[in-house]
Amino acid sequence: MEKFNRLTGIAASLPMVDINTDAIIPASYQRTLKDDPGIGLFAGWRYDLQGNEVPDFILNRKPFRESKIIVAGANFGCGSSREFAVWALMRFGIRCVIAPSFGDIFYENSFKNGLLPILLTQQYVDVLQEYLGKTNSPTLTIDLERQEITLLDGRVLNFTVPPSRRVALLEGIDEIGQTLRFDKEIKNFEEGQREAEPWIYSRPEFAKRTEGAGYAQN
Amino acid sequence: MIAEPNTLFDKIWDRHVIKHIEDDVFLIHVDRHLVHECTSGAAFVTLNNTGRRVRSPNLTYPVIDHILSTAPGRTGETFAGGREFVHLIRKNCAEHNIELIDYDDSRQGIVHVIAPGLGIALPGTTVVCGDSHTATSGGVGCWAWGIGTSEVAHVLATQSILQRRPKRMRINFDGKVPEGTYPKDMILYLIGKIGIAAGQGHVVEYAGSGIRSLGIEGRLTICNMSIEFGARAGFVAPDDTTFEYLANKPYAPKGRLWDAAVDYWRTLASDPGAQFDSNVDIDSKVIRPQVTWGTTPQDVCAVDAALPIPTEFRDPERRKAAERAFSYQGLEPGRPLAGIPVDVAFIGSCTNGRLSDLEAAARVVKGKKVASRVRALVVPGSAEVRKGAEAIGLNKIFEEAGFEWRETGCSMCVAVNDDFVGPGQRCISTSNRNFESRQGPQSRTHLASPATVAASAIAGFITDEAGLRN
Repeated sequence: MEKFNRLTGIAASLPMVDINTDAIIPASYQRTLKDDPGIGLFAGWRYDLQGNEVPDFILNRKPFRESKIIVAGANFGCGSSREFAVWALMRFGIRCVIAPSFGDIFYENSFKNGLLPILLTQQYVDVLQEYLGKTNSPTLTIDLERQEITLLDGRVLNFTVPPSRRVALLEGIDEIGQTLRFDKEIKNFEEGQREAEPWIYSRPEFAKRTEGAGYAQN
Repeated sequence: MIAEPNTLFDKIWDRHVIKHIEDDVFLIHVDRHLVHECTSGAAFVTLNNTGRRVRSPNLTYPVIDHILSTAPGRTGETFAGGREFVHLIRKNCAEHNIELIDYDDSRQGIVHVIAPGLGIALPGTTVVCGDSHTATSGGVGCWAWGIGTSEVAHVLATQSILQRRPKRMRINFDGKVPEGTYPKDMILYLIGKIGIAAGQGHVVEYAGSGIRSLGIEGRLTICNMSIEFGARAGFVAPDDTTFEYLANKPYAPKGRLWDAAVDYWRTLASDPGAQFDSNVDIDSKVIRPQVTWGTTPQDVCAVDAALPIPTEFRDPERRKAAERAFSYQGLEPGRPLAGIPVDVAFIGSCTNGRLSDLEAAARVVKGKKVASRVRALVVPGSAEVRKGAEAIGLNKIFEEAGFEWRETGCSMCVAVNDDFVGPGQRCISTSNRNFESRQGPQSRTHLASPATVAASAIAGFITDEAGLRN
């Protein structure tokens, strides 16, 4: 994953609840690993049916085209498990989403990629959205080490990230590599399970498939 | 000493902890890794770039379902836009020695239809898939949940997953639903009551006489939509209905192994007095057929009710969302739900693409014709469902009525292949999400049960079975 430490950048306010992953990136932008998923970010809102930019949409306006932070309503990222949602945000340039709550899978996916999801109370989110709605320089600084959000007017909001998640982001760890250190524990577990619940490992053999022929159980 | 009463979830969790890693993080063993072509492609790239191998091909179950064409006679190549992921999963499975269920295999189908349908998902097991509807398999009593692609890579490489212990919710459905009400109506009604974020951070155990009286396919429908109120997993404790359903499934254990398994599975229930972090009670006896009107599954009401008026919502956020939903859906607040004209009727998906769903729809359709302006399609959830339906003549009933009888797959539920609802068109659908543009750019979706979708296809507007008779 990409490391996350400190970030200063434009913050765009999306004051809606329940922004789901289909809104973040529609299915039609997820048919390939070859294109830039950032193009599909919020495609249903960012483009009209002819593919032209919708001028009113915040991420199409200056200075928000350069946004690095999104401040959104509750339940951001609900819906499908598509990690494309996180990839689309990151490729667009977003490294942090602030909201009162997140969809569970999106929240998990964010940490795995180095996108920081900050949980803030509704009251603090309201403070931020009001500030972003009024200021001419909608810039925030996020410091993960200190767990602080600093506004340009000098105000500071504190947040907390679970310690293990924070360390993982700060260090950009290779989670698979970490788990593979427990290879012996996994083996031991599986040996015990094979004794207790042998049916878990009794996968039947099927006859080699030939096109159009279906299968036959041996 | 008397042991503390445990919930079913605690029992499954405790049996799957490989190691306590740090503070609240545990390494959990994955017994069944279901894989599909769309969310696995990038996971294999991660694996291959680091030279890692799939640890347990024997516990890995890949299938092609999402991006396939469902046109009659399709191949893996028919939908050109899907070829990249079709080719990738074939290549990855071959390189890592995993048996792939390809488009023409008689085991093929939507991953959440075949996992229980073939007996891959078993009671008490841990089941993951890079797909949010993985909870479906919870209908046979396993802990099944959806994961992201990074987690797919982790499971491929380690056959385990890092988890924080979730909270436990019990949802009790009291009593049998009235005639003409289906499991889909139960889950839509529930979501309407508790809202789409009520299950965040929870696993859900569905219980009560309203659940016990359901067949497995109905339980699968209910578990399927757990994520639509924010819960990653939802399940039903296994019982005799479960064992009957699983007996003789191709992947289920046989002979003495089966007997030993059932002996263990019978212990899989929450103990009397077990404590849950939250409890919900629903009176299922009053549930009538439900149809969504807005752009989240909580925007739902009974088919014979009037649509709400946004100012009726006390929560200002909900009011704002409802106003937006009415505008997107092109509907007048307060009008009757029944009678809204539809352009498309879709029967299928991991929610309602099973044989009992097609039977319920066919009973409504039999001897009638689809309204002239409606495109109606049936996409069976698996090859087995399709064959089973054809064996009892359901395809004939649908085709004679003017429905398309298509090949299997996820189809118009997620519209990642070429089955989509056109801009501004209105679809009544047995699928699970009515989000903006879910079924295609600017599509409008109304979720309902197979019987209600069938009735609406015939009428040309939203109605249920009873409404069609009147």
